[in-house]
Amino acid sequence: MSPPITSQSRYETVIGLEVHAQMRTRSKIFCGCATQFGAEANTQICPICAAFPGVLPVLNREVVNMAIKTGLAIQGQIRLLSEFSRKNYFYPDLPAGYQISQYELPIVEHGQLVIASPLDQGPKKIGITRIHMEVDAGKSLHEGIQGASWVDLNRTGTPLMEIVSEPDLRSAAEAGEYLKKLRAIVRYLGVCDGNMEEGSFRCDANVSIRLRGAPILGTRCELKNLNSIRNVMRAIDYEVERQIELIDNGDSVIQETRLWNADLNSSRAMRGKEDAHDYRYFPEPDLPPLRLTPERIAAVAATLPELPDAKAERFRTQYQLSDYDAGVLTASQELADYFEAVAQQAATLGQPNPKVAANWVMVELGGRLNKENWDIQQTPIPAHHLGQLVAMIQQGILSGKTAKELFEILFTEGGDPLQIVERKGLRQVTNSTAIEEAVDQVLAAHPEDVAQYHAGKTKVIGFLVGQIMKRTQGKANPALVNQLLQARLTRQE
Amino acid sequence: MDLSHLSLAQAADLLRKRSLSAVELTRFFLERIATDNAALNAYITVDEAGALQAAQAADDRLARGEATPLTGIPLAIKDLFCTQGLRTTCASRMLANFHPPYESTVTRRLKEAGAVVLGKTNMDEFAMGSSNETSFFGPARNPWGHDRIPGGSSGGSAAAVAAGLCLAALGTDTGGSIRQPAAMTGITGLKPTYGRVSRFGMIAFASSLDQAGPMTRSVEDAALLLQTMAGHDPLDSTSIDAPVPAYWDDLTTGVPAAERVKNMRIGIPAEYFADGLAAPVRQAVEQAIATFQDLGAHCQPVSLPCTAYAIPTYYVIAPAEASSNLARYDGVRFGHRCADPLDLRDMYARTRSEGFGAEVKRRIMLGTYVLSSGYYDAYYRKAQKVRRLIADDFRAAFAQVDLLLTPTAPETAFRIGEKNDDPVRMYLSDIFTINVNLAGLPGLSLPCGFDEHPLPIGLQLIGRPLQEATLLAAGHAFQQATDWHQRRPS
Repeated sequence: MSPPITSQSRYETVIGLEVHAQMRTRSKIFCGCATQFGAEANTQICPICAAFPGVLPVLNREVVNMAIKTGLAIQGQIRLLSEFSRKNYFYPDLPAGYQISQYELPIVEHGQLVIASPLDQGPKKIGITRIHMEVDAGKSLHEGIQGASWVDLNRTGTPLMEIVSEPDLRSAAEAGEYLKKLRAIVRYLGVCDGNMEEGSFRCDANVSIRLRGAPILGTRCELKNLNSIRNVMRAIDYEVERQIELIDNGDSVIQETRLWNADLNSSRAMRGKEDAHDYRYFPEPDLPPLRLTPERIAAVAATLPELPDAKAERFRTQYQLSDYDAGVLTASQELADYFEAVAQQAATLGQPNPKVAANWVMVELGGRLNKENWDIQQTPIPAHHLGQLVAMIQQGILSGKTAKELFEILFTEGGDPLQIVERKGLRQVTNSTAIEEAVDQVLAAHPEDVAQYHAGKTKVIGFLVGQIMKRTQGKANPALVNQLLQARLTRQE
Repeated sequence: MDLSHLSLAQAADLLRKRSLSAVELTRFFLERIATDNAALNAYITVDEAGALQAAQAADDRLARGEATPLTGIPLAIKDLFCTQGLRTTCASRMLANFHPPYESTVTRRLKEAGAVVLGKTNMDEFAMGSSNETSFFGPARNPWGHDRIPGGSSGGSAAAVAAGLCLAALGTDTGGSIRQPAAMTGITGLKPTYGRVSRFGMIAFASSLDQAGPMTRSVEDAALLLQTMAGHDPLDSTSIDAPVPAYWDDLTTGVPAAERVKNMRIGIPAEYFADGLAAPVRQAVEQAIATFQDLGAHCQPVSLPCTAYAIPTYYVIAPAEASSNLARYDGVRFGHRCADPLDLRDMYARTRSEGFGAEVKRRIMLGTYVLSSGYYDAYYRKAQKVRRLIADDFRAAFAQVDLLLTPTAPETAFRIGEKNDDPVRMYLSDIFTINVNLAGLPGLSLPCGFDEHPLPIGLQLIGRPLQEATLLAAGHAFQQATDWHQRRPS
């Protein structure tokens, strides 16, 4: 595939994203059934989720609170009056034959989200048109079943938020940044687990291109089945290339819905504009209009946690971290909490140096977790243990090498850091007599290198230091080794 | 002693004194049903075993002295209230073998009070009709003339009450489906304020209009049933959270109705006495107005200018909601499914073609059309605006009067088959009742006379929201002054 269009290209990409986020409520949006994932098919259903005759929906208050929370987090306007509507279409996994959603009056409007734009190298505001609440459908199973389809209604009734962006995104990379930011926010808020693979955070992308500077938008295609941020970006790049090729060949883009196939790295047309459903939206007569009071919104606002942007800002000032470090460490609430616990533990034991703590969390621990394909919640090292490790570095008890050794033991076996240091003799040798002894032994063993040094080849000093460290099993303080070695060589001159 | 026309209070009294057991009373009605139902087709399902079991439980409860006034009272239930384990068909082939795994709130409340359910009554399919002729199980017949319609959609309940095949019945009213059949069969029918009674477990026709209510032989009986049926239900978000007056106690032990009706201001809307009103109906209703004046009420003319828009407005909104409400009958989870479907589309098409009757299909198509893209504003949205104007008309009238008095229906019961070829003529049967649903107001139909056949004539009282007690007081005073409600078909 050719590279995505750059800022030099004659075309501009225009992207709007629709995200469906499953809300993490205990019960469903309109009945008391559990929302738990992975139960046996059709065991978490009742006459209401199965749309039996005569049953009625009752709105889950927690769903409304979560939508308000999310709306506030993206600086949206919370409507005091919103309403539910029915979106009518037939499908076996939609038991009522309509989806209860919000249409003309959604609960949240006019929000925004700031991303670090990869193209402009600066922060960029992405408008969020609306957030509305709706109900998820069940699942139809077709594979491996002959002459029939099976329907699992467990998911039916799971609350969703649909978060619709303005067409403000200009590249796949920006779309990726937007999704990461949005996902971080819903996770911080605890309103959605953000798991794209399991489908609890789903994204459709509307993509069009136009000549740079053109006043109107080009014809868009909607991309579906994008089950990771990487796939969203790949599918957008593919779609942009496809549209450029069409236009460059004198064809035009047809408005359609396209299904992304991650295995084939391509998309195919699913349905055209003419096949689009007429959903016959109308206000849901079984639910009265939703009226909110400023007091209720204020009560929800009081429960908002510190959000990623605010937290990153605090990390920059409180811990003197770089923009990059602050951004990485606040990507998730759990990582940020972990870092703060490490930094705090290290600070109580020694001189605070949050930069060292940040490096150990991001580089050593982050790299090791990546290797195992684990996330921060799965770390085998409790934050206070890593904090002790950082403190011991700052106190000169551990060298870089012994610290890594301790880290590996903590990661694979666990245990009390101090006890491990003592048991394994990892404590750095700062006793100059012991080091001097090693220096003498090494100089005696390598007379030609000493001669080379005196002949002006001072580079050999590195080799000699290495030999001394080896002899002290890495426990010698490297600074002290250097100092003593230099002194001894000078004396020999 | 003829038990078939006891008032609920009389029956409760006999049961409490143990001069009659609930089982005896229930058996009496089961026997009457066995004899007379074939001619009337009032019941779709008779639950003999369930009724006797409930009657036995009622007797035990009476013996323990824990009875309510409804304990042991045999009722007929319109066949769109879901009754747990008891077939609930909505008079449709679609649900001809549907046994709900849950109970409607209204029937649950009545059962908890000790009422005995004799069976499920005939109706127009999915409550769509004014004559009971759209029932998959064939039309119910009017006890006042078996070639006549009993009205609809709650025709089976009306026929059962009028013929003494139960002591009282439940109906539902979306555009007149309690009041019009009550008028056709000479009984009393009350449609409460929208939201006064829970809709949970009531199979939906048009959600913003549907309301359950009692169908009885007297206002007093209606008050007793409403007292138990009404009230907020956490399972119905459109039910009103307002205290429920003790309608029956107030009627029987409070300020006498004759006192309350004195100086009541009753509005007579001119638009309801226009051309199309049959002469005997006009005469009977005018006679009733005179009776109210004799009782001390002040009757005065009022105007409801939007009356003429009732039918078109209703036939946009109700089918729109119905087209969506009835989408769930797709053959996937319950109800009828066509044989050997070729694929999903074929299953939907044939299941619904076979399962629904012509009137239901007509309304689904109407509703689908008015909600379609490009037509929504011209039909559905406009109808909602007119609906608001209609409600405004009533609000303005109620600034001057306490209640309104109109005919319930423009004519008496017509012959079965008479209007089958002309849906619009059929729709006009509800011309006086539909606006009350559109405005969400309570309406009460009372017998007020007979035409030459003789067939019963009904008058309608319309009240302010949640003012059922006012309607009941006026109606009760009228029934104390007249005996139309005590006439029985031969």
